[in-house]
Amino acid sequence: MVSRSGVPMEAEIVERLQESESVFTLRLRLLDEQQRHNYRFEPGQFNMVYLHGVGEVAISIVSDESNRHLLNHTIRAVGRVTRGLEQMQKGDVIGLRGPFGRGWPMEQARGRDIVIITGGVGCAPVVSALAHINRRRKHFGRVAIVEGVRHRRDLIYPDRFARWQRMDDTQILLCTSEPSAPWPWHTDRVTEHLGKMDIDPSGALVLLCGPEGMMISAARVLQELGIDESSIWLSMERNMQCGEGFCGHCQIGSYFVCRDGPVFNWTEIRELLAVKGI
Amino acid sequence: MGNGDDPQFLPLTQLERLLRSLRDAGYDCIGPQLKDGAILYQSLESIHDLPHGLSDLQSPGSYRLTENQGGRLFDWANGPSSLKPLIFPPHENLWRANKGSDGGIEFSSYTPDIAPLAVLGVRACDLAAMERMDHHFLRPEKQDPWYRKRRESLLLIVVNCSHPSDNCFCTSTGTGPESRSGYDLRLHELDDGFLIDAATDRGEEILQKLELSPAAQQMVEEAKEELERAATVQGQAVAVDDFRPIFSGREDDPIWERIAERCLGCGNCTAVCPTCFCHREEKIPTLSLDSSTHQRVWDSCFTAEHSMLHGQPVRREIRERYRQWLTHKLAGWHDQFGESGCVGCGRCITWCPVGINLVAESAAFAVPEEGVE
Repeated sequence: MVSRSGVPMEAEIVERLQESESVFTLRLRLLDEQQRHNYRFEPGQFNMVYLHGVGEVAISIVSDESNRHLLNHTIRAVGRVTRGLEQMQKGDVIGLRGPFGRGWPMEQARGRDIVIITGGVGCAPVVSALAHINRRRKHFGRVAIVEGVRHRRDLIYPDRFARWQRMDDTQILLCTSEPSAPWPWHTDRVTEHLGKMDIDPSGALVLLCGPEGMMISAARVLQELGIDESSIWLSMERNMQCGEGFCGHCQIGSYFVCRDGPVFNWTEIRELLAVKGI
Repeated sequence: MGNGDDPQFLPLTQLERLLRSLRDAGYDCIGPQLKDGAILYQSLESIHDLPHGLSDLQSPGSYRLTENQGGRLFDWANGPSSLKPLIFPPHENLWRANKGSDGGIEFSSYTPDIAPLAVLGVRACDLAAMERMDHHFLRPEKQDPWYRKRRESLLLIVVNCSHPSDNCFCTSTGTGPESRSGYDLRLHELDDGFLIDAATDRGEEILQKLELSPAAQQMVEEAKEELERAATVQGQAVAVDDFRPIFSGREDDPIWERIAERCLGCGNCTAVCPTCFCHREEKIPTLSLDSSTHQRVWDSCFTAEHSMLHGQPVRREIRERYRQWLTHKLAGWHDQFGESGCVGCGRCITWCPVGINLVAESAAFAVPEEGVE
């Protein structure tokens, strides 16, 4: 019998980075040595992050899976728990349960061109996948990263984009729908720029995350470009409270997003995404 | 009766002995009793507390008790309470976080502190519902320890149902009125006593202490006839067991809107449903914030909060919430667990304040109206 994770693990904030006005990253270290030793995650999985006395929130893991010492979470302060987490400083202790869910299909992605399309803070779930690819760069084909933000101030990880751009055979297309100077990149929505990707559509594998409307539009354009729909993967968001498929909040159709996802193949979820309020 | 050993006969005058044997074996006992105008499961001190001579009249949105002439104890269909609160209570403490003076947080799990509990008067539909809850909370790859602890504490004494209400449809869901497995002890009430048999070692131990004689063949025949009558008398039946092909592609069918015009979104149906498992997780901090208890609380997909994402509900309309409930119960459940989430108990129909009838509403999809398709 395997029991559910039960109680959270203590995690100390080792470093806190302000990514944008409302987005911050917590670099965390599990305090218990055994837990630290046993903890393994896959790119695309998430933790339930606990702020003492306030509550838990599902946040994707953005660190490199090979870093066995530190776990990173990039968080936008929007709700009760995340605004509280925003106040936390280096040395403070929070709780973590996880990792939960199905991550990106990194094994299937091997040897193929990779397309990564994100919107806003939606890019967090793909960051650990990028670290995975970067670490094994020669095992993957060309990489195209298309990131859409509404406004310049919403762009996070500028230094990472600079680093990713230095990776071999890697193309970065940054777009904003509300341009303001100085913005050296593209304007309009991400879907307007997918045709510029320098990849082989017939063999490419796509990682999508961001607002559902953006993912639906992007999936349509990608198929028009010749990418097979079964090669499109996306990370979904729903209300999550237990993270382990028990509480029922994250259901979409027959799926529990927390355990069947959060990463889904487009063919698994396209009909559901077409229905309003499902 | 079913496929167990030949039943024995427990005279009505010996029913108290059954209760005593259960207590002697270390069980607290609960059983059906009249309370607040309904038959509810309560702590059972004596068989004199059982609902003697009571029956019920149920229809959509209505539940009334009536007196009957026969004087039986179990001559009624289920009231609002099922086994659900016993295995999945409305509030369950999961864990506690204590803030240490060093800034750390000490996490500790709660374990339900419960004595073995014997439940007298369980119905077949509720037994089936509990098995469905088992499939959710005790998944092969991950088990819920709080549920498991409560589940394992139960000794289940079913009483076959010979008095289904007008809202019952367990024959069509294949979950009643006879209990065929999953019980410890099974009774079938006759006018002057009960047929009784055991399906588990724990049940057998209790049975042996009663030192009963085998039931007469005539009694067995009588029970069989009563069960056949209870199975055929049910006034309604679900159109099919698996609604997946029927609901498929019907997400925007106008039928949903017509239901939503009546539905109050109150969540009564989810509260009385013996298989609705949704719960939210809440923090209950002490005033000083030194300690905070993490509790799970029943939730309902009829609330806006249930689907809240980035400050907005995914399911904004009652139409979408009713659709979520019904399609999950009758269709999605098959994908998730290989069976229906409905056991035909009829509670959602009885306790709906506006009398929305799951059987009738789902049937409307099975028989497409002109111009809808």
